[in-house]
Amino acid sequence: MPIAVFVALQFLREGKTASSLVVAAVGVGVTVIVFLSALIGGLQQSLIDKTLGAQAHIVVRPPEERARLLRIDDAPSGTIIASREQRPAQRVRSIVGWQRTMAELAQDPEVEVVTPVVAGPGFAVRGTASKSVNVLGIEPSSYVQVVAIDDRLIAGALPSSGAQAAIGSELAADLGIEVGDKLRLQAAGGRTELFTVSGVFQLGNREVDERWVLLTLRSGQTLLDLVGGVSSLELRVRGLFEAETTAVRLAAASGLVADSWMRTNDQLLTALRSQSASSLLIQVFVVLAVTIGIASVLVVSVVQKRREIGILRAMGMSRGRIVLVFMVQGGVLGMLGSIVGVALGIAVAMAFGSAVVDARGAPLFPITVELPLVLTAAGTAIATGLIAAVLPAIRAGRLDPAVAIRHD
Amino acid sequence: MTDPVIELAGVTKDFGEDVVTHVLKGIDLRIEAGEFTALVGPSGSGKSTLLNLLGLLDRPTGGKLRVLGRDISALDDTELTELRGRSIGFVFQFHHLLPALTAVQNVLMPLAIARGRVTTEQREAAIEGLREVGLADRADERTMRLSGGQQQRVAIARALVGRPPLVLADEPTGNLDTATADEVFELLRGFNRRLKMAFLLVTHSPELAGRCDRIVTLVDGRIVEDRAIDH
Ligand SMILES: Nc1ncnc2c1ncn2[C@@H]1O[C@H](COP(=O)(O)OP(=O)(O)OP(=O)(O)O)[C@@H](O)[C@H]1O
Ligand SMILES: [Mg+2]
Repeated sequence: MPIAVFVALQFLREGKTASSLVVAAVGVGVTVIVFLSALIGGLQQSLIDKTLGAQAHIVVRPPEERARLLRIDDAPSGTIIASREQRPAQRVRSIVGWQRTMAELAQDPEVEVVTPVVAGPGFAVRGTASKSVNVLGIEPSSYVQVVAIDDRLIAGALPSSGAQAAIGSELAADLGIEVGDKLRLQAAGGRTELFTVSGVFQLGNREVDERWVLLTLRSGQTLLDLVGGVSSLELRVRGLFEAETTAVRLAAASGLVADSWMRTNDQLLTALRSQSASSLLIQVFVVLAVTIGIASVLVVSVVQKRREIGILRAMGMSRGRIVLVFMVQGGVLGMLGSIVGVALGIAVAMAFGSAVVDARGAPLFPITVELPLVLTAAGTAIATGLIAAVLPAIRAGRLDPAVAIRHD
Repeated sequence: MTDPVIELAGVTKDFGEDVVTHVLKGIDLRIEAGEFTALVGPSGSGKSTLLNLLGLLDRPTGGKLRVLGRDISALDDTELTELRGRSIGFVFQFHHLLPALTAVQNVLMPLAIARGRVTTEQREAAIEGLREVGLADRADERTMRLSGGQQQRVAIARALVGRPPLVLADEPTGNLDTATADEVFELLRGFNRRLKMAFLLVTHSPELAGRCDRIVTLVDGRIVEDRAIDH
């Protein structure tokens, strides 16, 4: 065993009470870090999952129509014309030449999947009941790679033929229909078609579950009177948090409007960011407190062990080795503390996960302690121990052996 | 002729910066290999200060100090530490053992420090060292559980385990009753006779000083008497 480690362990054992207390303190610190990170991580992941469960990373749409101002060339000069711009009711419009745009978008290195969607308002009618719905014509095979709605089917399947429709669970409940029942859809333009319900999905998002009706692309185009056209191209990108940058680039390149999930969920992102920032701040203070705790124990130890340090120096131990003895003590305290803390952190996270449940007893959000988090926390604790040890160790190394062993 | 173990010429030592105390005021002294010398003098005369200089724990303010033929003013801190570890054994009045370690761990310390690591062969050598001071059976006892005389013997085993050519002992018997002091003194004397290392021993006991080869008397930072003893 290296001599510095041997002596360091002896010193720690000698000051057992102080060592145990500081290990406990480091442990509590690491517990806070592990638990807080797992909590925030789980919370944010579940919020993002929920948000992106019903939403593409980027939606590309045609530019909005603007009202043209009337030209008043013949008005006498000096006349002030008050005008009020009235935005036209947005019709369902197609992206011009969408097949080419789609191919171009797919070329972008950030883009993983592009799927065409035609969407518009309509009514679902069954018997005398009628509900306002949002009709979406999709290409199921590529659409599910953008919005994983197939994972959320509670019955049946997505439409595979033109006469089929998948609907949200609330809508199914409101209209009292199940898979295999008939459903009449009426588009805002007046067209009416009859569909068979092929599946029911539930995203946990009220707007979606109450209003969405999924058709094949072709049926959607027909119903919404947009044959051969699509109202949007929906994208999945590689970098989730680069989505906005990617959207800006794609918009500039295509001349279309591209909205990222980050822009449409501006408030959510701000909330997540400030949550992360405050969690980081708490962790920084915890690390600071732990550092001060370890450092103060070691400073006291240097004073108490003055004579021993002097003897070791008299026996030929170099200044560097003495410094090392105290650095090792810091590292060991950090390491032991991190073992205690990780164990405790996992226990607290698990307890929390099983205590905080929804009405059905399922965890409100997944709180998992993953290996990278454990390694980061342990690494932080050990680094903290080493950093905390620097000053005491230097002081120990500077001790004058002649002074240290004087007996007065 | 071999080099003397220690050679001092006009060595001075001052303490303090604003208020300077001149503790050693010009020491000339040679100690040859194998000599068993007593250093005596009243309290505060500078005996411990001199021992610290000889033990390379401190540097002189002025004068020349050679240890084992090497001019120590030419050595840096690391070389000094290395020379000290290799050539000088210390025995102090308050034994200065590492209290949490066992007897054998204390004794193997100088070997471990020299090697940079603790090994099992060192343990063998340390037990052998404890046997020489009659404590092999207490090898795994924590030193704080040993009596004063036993602790001092562990300290002697530790000082001698590396067979240094020079042993410095600052009042090694000062804290012990007469009978135990006598035992400890004879132990040191025995090592000196068998292994021929030089000893410089600070003592307040004229009786023990009289049993050394030579008595050096220090008063107020100067050597006032230096005489050989015929037995
Ligand atoms: N580091 C120091 N700083 C200031 N003064 C010191 C220092 N070390 C020793 N002295 C002073 O030097 C003088 C000699 O001290 P030293 O310990 O060498 O005496 P001593 O002969 O060993 O005495 P004793 O027999 O009591 O052990 C004393 O006056 C002491 O106060
Ligand atoms: Mg003294």
